[in-house]
Amino acid sequence: MNPATVRRLNEWTVSVLRTILLIGICYIILLPLINRLSTALMSVEDLYDQSVRWIPRNPTFRNFQLVWVHMEYVKAFTNSFLLALTTSVLQVASCTLVGYGLARFRFPGNGLIFGAAIFTLIVPPQLVIVPMYLNFRFFNFMGLLGENSINLIGTYWPFILTSLTGTGFRNGLYIFIMRQFFRGMPRELEEAAFIDGAGLFRTFFRVMLPGSVPGLIVAFLFSFVWQWNDYLYVTTFMSNRTFLPQALEAAPGRIGRMLSQTDALASSSGFLDNHFYSLINNAGMLLIILPLLILYIFMQRHFVESIERTGIVG
Amino acid sequence: MRLSFERQKKIGGFLFTLPFVIGFFLFFLYPLIQAVIFSFNELVLTSTTFELQPRGWENYRYALQVHPEFTRTFVEVMVQLLTRLPLIIAFSFFAATLLNQEFRGRALVRALFFLPVIMSAGIVMRLETSDYSVIMLEASRAGAIFGGNALRSLLGDSGYMPTWLLDYVVQAAESLPVVIRSSGVQILIFLAGLQSIPREIYEAVSVEGATPWERFWLITFPMLSPLILTNVIYTIVDSLTAMNNQLVVLIRDTMLRGAGYGASMAMAMIYFVAIAIILLIVYRLISRRIFYYV
Repeated sequence: MNPATVRRLNEWTVSVLRTILLIGICYIILLPLINRLSTALMSVEDLYDQSVRWIPRNPTFRNFQLVWVHMEYVKAFTNSFLLALTTSVLQVASCTLVGYGLARFRFPGNGLIFGAAIFTLIVPPQLVIVPMYLNFRFFNFMGLLGENSINLIGTYWPFILTSLTGTGFRNGLYIFIMRQFFRGMPRELEEAAFIDGAGLFRTFFRVMLPGSVPGLIVAFLFSFVWQWNDYLYVTTFMSNRTFLPQALEAAPGRIGRMLSQTDALASSSGFLDNHFYSLINNAGMLLIILPLLILYIFMQRHFVESIERTGIVG
Repeated sequence: MRLSFERQKKIGGFLFTLPFVIGFFLFFLYPLIQAVIFSFNELVLTSTTFELQPRGWENYRYALQVHPEFTRTFVEVMVQLLTRLPLIIAFSFFAATLLNQEFRGRALVRALFFLPVIMSAGIVMRLETSDYSVIMLEASRAGAIFGGNALRSLLGDSGYMPTWLLDYVVQAAESLPVVIRSSGVQILIFLAGLQSIPREIYEAVSVEGATPWERFWLITFPMLSPLILTNVIYTIVDSLTAMNNQLVVLIRDTMLRGAGYGASMAMAMIYFVAIAIILLIVYRLISRRIFYYV
């Protein structure tokens, strides 16, 4: 064989191996999603039937119907969407400002503030959730209002206040991302804008911000997804309102009660067991993930491309 | 009057970071200090305010000596972290090098690799750990694919492998799906790093006659070493504070259904100090071996 053939053969082997490997990994990644979809479409008989593995024998949308109604999906979706959108927009805004301040200004305390931002990341939320609850329950600006504290629990304020100040869930990470992003932008841009007579904030909004869109997208996507899936904060600060996670948690119980009242056979035959609730849970989880999947499909191109350009590397 | 650029920049730094500084004291440091105080007290809620009843070290003693599961779960969580950490780092490094190559359908594959970041959070993970059919399916299928027992007998029969290594290999194979699904962000970070290595360096050593193997160990690996630190720290924080972490679940249960706030705060405090110490040790160990390009 001549050297050219050997090289072509080599390249061909590498690409075949790579393809097999990638398909295998993608299979493992997609497995839970496919599992969930196939389970959610099954009827209870299918779940008991050992010969049914992937494709339901009696496919049904009944699980989705039940969970849609009993989660009060439209209401819960609206609540979750509004909360996730508000917090992520505010968080990205504040973290961008802070990230820019840390990236481009030398001032005493710069390193200390950056360290503080990273420090907020390593504290488990469970440690501070009770004091935070109490602070918002008896909110008095650290004692300024004295005895006349305000109850902010059950309102959007805990989310708005922590988001505005860049201290919400994992906000240290967004500060880190934005800081690294701004550090990677050419210094000349700013200086040119300043020489042309733009002030600090005009330089930021007109020159730096438009250039940082890829970084903003990454931070926004993380922020939106984590708020959407959040369970700890919504149940602590706004237990009076139903968001998607709580709605899903309540749904199986409601469906069980409803069925045991209307369908005597179902309740007496032991039909309402773990298998049945598992179908409901799977359908419900898909309904929670679905909006995120749609969002991701629209943003993934920007997401993957921009992560490369954010230069998280430093 | 217009301030000079330098002067404006000094003031600007304070202005831009001010929101976070306020928030840090108000919504982070203040609650954190309160948490420390609470862990030495029992918290009693009334309708208008809350009271603290001092308990000294009692909460800590309860967590470490009385609670039936805290210490055991603590050790389990740490051991699990130690076994998974190298796997996650190695896999995400490997996956990033794969995704950095040119091939057809790369955009699609990349999008798929980061999908777990979207799906593995909060409520989904919490339900997943308790959902009946998911557990059953995972158990039967993971067993069929990676065959822990089959692998064990295959490798064990040869008799060349020490038992501890055999145990580790089998465990690693069994936890592969979990490892792959928790590597999304880490792959992203490594990929960003790979993209930032200047092409000229590779061209230069190729001209000098370096093999791909040498290129990897002389350039790719050292250039990415700072990111190994970033990723190790991210992985530790991510897995220790995840909603489905057994210890996090235990602390939550203690608070809501068990011995109350004080005890759960003491547990959370022990846990937090442990996380901080681990991060410090890891940072010291790795940062000495890092190569910085600039």
